[in-house]
Amino acid sequence: MNVATSTATMADSAKRPEQTILQIQQVTKMFGDTKAVNDVSLEIRKGEIFALLGGSGCGKTTLLRMLAGFERPTAGRIILDGQDITALPPYERPINMMFQSYALFPHMSVEQNIAFGLKQDGMTRNQIGDRVAHMLKLVHMSKYARRKPHQLSGGQRQRVALARSLAKHPKLLLLDEPMGALDKKLRTQMQLEVVNIIESVGVTCVMVTHDQEEAMTMAGRLGIMDSGEICQVGSPTEVYEYPNSRLTAEFIGSVNIFEGVVNEQAEDAEELLITSSELECPLELSLNASVSAGMPVAVAVRPEKISVSFERPEQAANWVKGTVSDIAYLGGISTYHVEITGGRRIQCTVANVARSTQDRATWGDEVYLSWDTASGVVLTS
Amino acid sequence: MKLNKLSLTVLTLGFAFLYLPIVLLIGYSFNESRLVTVWAGFSTKWYGELFADDQMMSAVWLSLKIAMGASTGAIILGTLAAFALVRFGRFWGHTLFGSMINAPLVMPDVITGLSLLLLFVAMGQLFGWPSERGSLTILLAHITFCTAYAAIVISSRLKEMDLSLEEAAMDLGAHPFKVFWLVTLPIIAPSLVAGWLLSFTLSMDDLVIASFVSGPGSTTLPMVVFSSVRLGVSPKINALATLIVLVVSIAVCIAWWFARKAERDAQMLPDEE
Ligand SMILES: Nc1ncnc2c1ncn2[C@@H]1O[C@H](COP(=O)(O)OP(=O)(O)OP(=O)(O)O)[C@@H](O)[C@H]1O
Ligand SMILES: [Mg+2]
Repeated sequence: MNVATSTATMADSAKRPEQTILQIQQVTKMFGDTKAVNDVSLEIRKGEIFALLGGSGCGKTTLLRMLAGFERPTAGRIILDGQDITALPPYERPINMMFQSYALFPHMSVEQNIAFGLKQDGMTRNQIGDRVAHMLKLVHMSKYARRKPHQLSGGQRQRVALARSLAKHPKLLLLDEPMGALDKKLRTQMQLEVVNIIESVGVTCVMVTHDQEEAMTMAGRLGIMDSGEICQVGSPTEVYEYPNSRLTAEFIGSVNIFEGVVNEQAEDAEELLITSSELECPLELSLNASVSAGMPVAVAVRPEKISVSFERPEQAANWVKGTVSDIAYLGGISTYHVEITGGRRIQCTVANVARSTQDRATWGDEVYLSWDTASGVVLTS
Repeated sequence: MKLNKLSLTVLTLGFAFLYLPIVLLIGYSFNESRLVTVWAGFSTKWYGELFADDQMMSAVWLSLKIAMGASTGAIILGTLAAFALVRFGRFWGHTLFGSMINAPLVMPDVITGLSLLLLFVAMGQLFGWPSERGSLTILLAHITFCTAYAAIVISSRLKEMDLSLEEAAMDLGAHPFKVFWLVTLPIIAPSLVAGWLLSFTLSMDDLVIASFVSGPGSTTLPMVVFSSVRLGVSPKINALATLIVLVVSIAVCIAWWFARKAERDAQMLPDEE
């Protein structure tokens, strides 16, 4: 267990004592011989936005569909607000979902789409009318109430779909790739808007995405999935700064990973020393993992934690010499690719604070890369 | 686009080949003479005679009734079959059922008619139902072969339909039966209409199968036309054909008008925000 991660989690829960609304207990889903979801246990807190993040085919959609009731788990239980809903059909669950394709009924107007779920509940005409008007106002679509879905743009359709899934005041809102059908520019705008709407309603939300930027923008907590299992759960900062495995480190953002072996150390040592065959000097880290001497480990260092200089750093550890082989200028930042002895390339990002590029390293320059003891993270798996 | 001479000629010939017989038929329906091929001045007397011909008129009504019943029955059974094939996944015997539902399409009418006749006779002997052959057996026979066509039209539309629409309806609290009524049915409605019209035409058109399974006193329109043509073509039949062409043209015009209206609605662009 990562010491820093657990302290962060404790601080978090002390700050806002939230109650759990959804419990997923050891849920497994088999499709024939393939395990789409493998023994997943998760707790979702009331009012939070939780994102399931993972590569293609890792079982995110399957897990979400089990929450909605479209798939029955092979094993395990799903408990919503104290009620076991594992066996409930979708039409009896107080859960609503916004589909990736939005699934707006093409033969109904915007109004009728939003009213559909309310009619199933047997609300009176007046109540339905009021609720629909309120939902339309919430998503700024009052002007388009009479339109048919095919007369709307992509972003407008998304708002209608969101309004429709919020209209019944569900205990849990599910979003499947909510921005999947939008273009890049609209996506960034809608991400914030959707979060604002969800937060103003105060509904608990579980979303699925394969876009890490989207997950980090929208969600309060993330669950990283790989081949049917949850690898790590935590806030975006926790997952980014303290990944617990190579997989999460590589999945979220870019990272430089050094392989090494843990050195012998004194009992009361504050720092951990690791010898890597790739570097001339040892790696030094603040002690944040339970490791024993001789253990093979990987050390992850994020590109933005590495600084570039022309002079040799004074520190004894955590530096390396190399040649700049590539620079990607991205406007606000530049990404340097530095080749070190042994042919290995290291990525580091430098903020372009000054306008001139005079005193900055350029192609072919010999540079020293260095980083703090607090920057590296030990990965044992 | 400008047409060159060659394509214009081909086009004219093609249209002439298709429509000249119909034009001739319409023209001769207004012929004074009893002889179909000799023009003897304009007259509408054959229309009068057509409506006075009880046998012909009762055949028209019988055919219309059978066609309505058969096409309605066919789309009900066709929808069920299409659902079983498209929605229930790969159940045991899926492929067999799938190809068997299509078999009537390629089966010669003579075989379909004969086998149905044998079935009805055998059933009559075993259960006493149907006790005699007549309009009921024609109706059953027509439902049988029209179902195949209806099932194909409807299943192709069902396959296209986005499954998440039904899931969304269920997610919003609708029971499966309501999902079918409120979402699936309206979305596949065009294919139901198409399947109904196709079945109607096929049933109105059928001579061979109806001849096998009909009994005394149940003569459909194609049977009357066919037998009277063998005795010599009467201009009455031209008059009848002209009326049918008229009805079909009106139906096509209405369908076209609705299709265009739907298209225009679809093209209405969203306002700027
Ligand atoms: N109905 C099904 N029948 C059989 N296998 C399925 C079915 N649905 C999903 N699978 C399999 O389960 C695994 C997980 O699928 P899932 O759709 O949950 O992935 P995902 O994480 O949503 O991926 P993506 O990001 O590509 O949407 C995949 O290997 C997929 O092939
Ligand atoms: Mg998916």
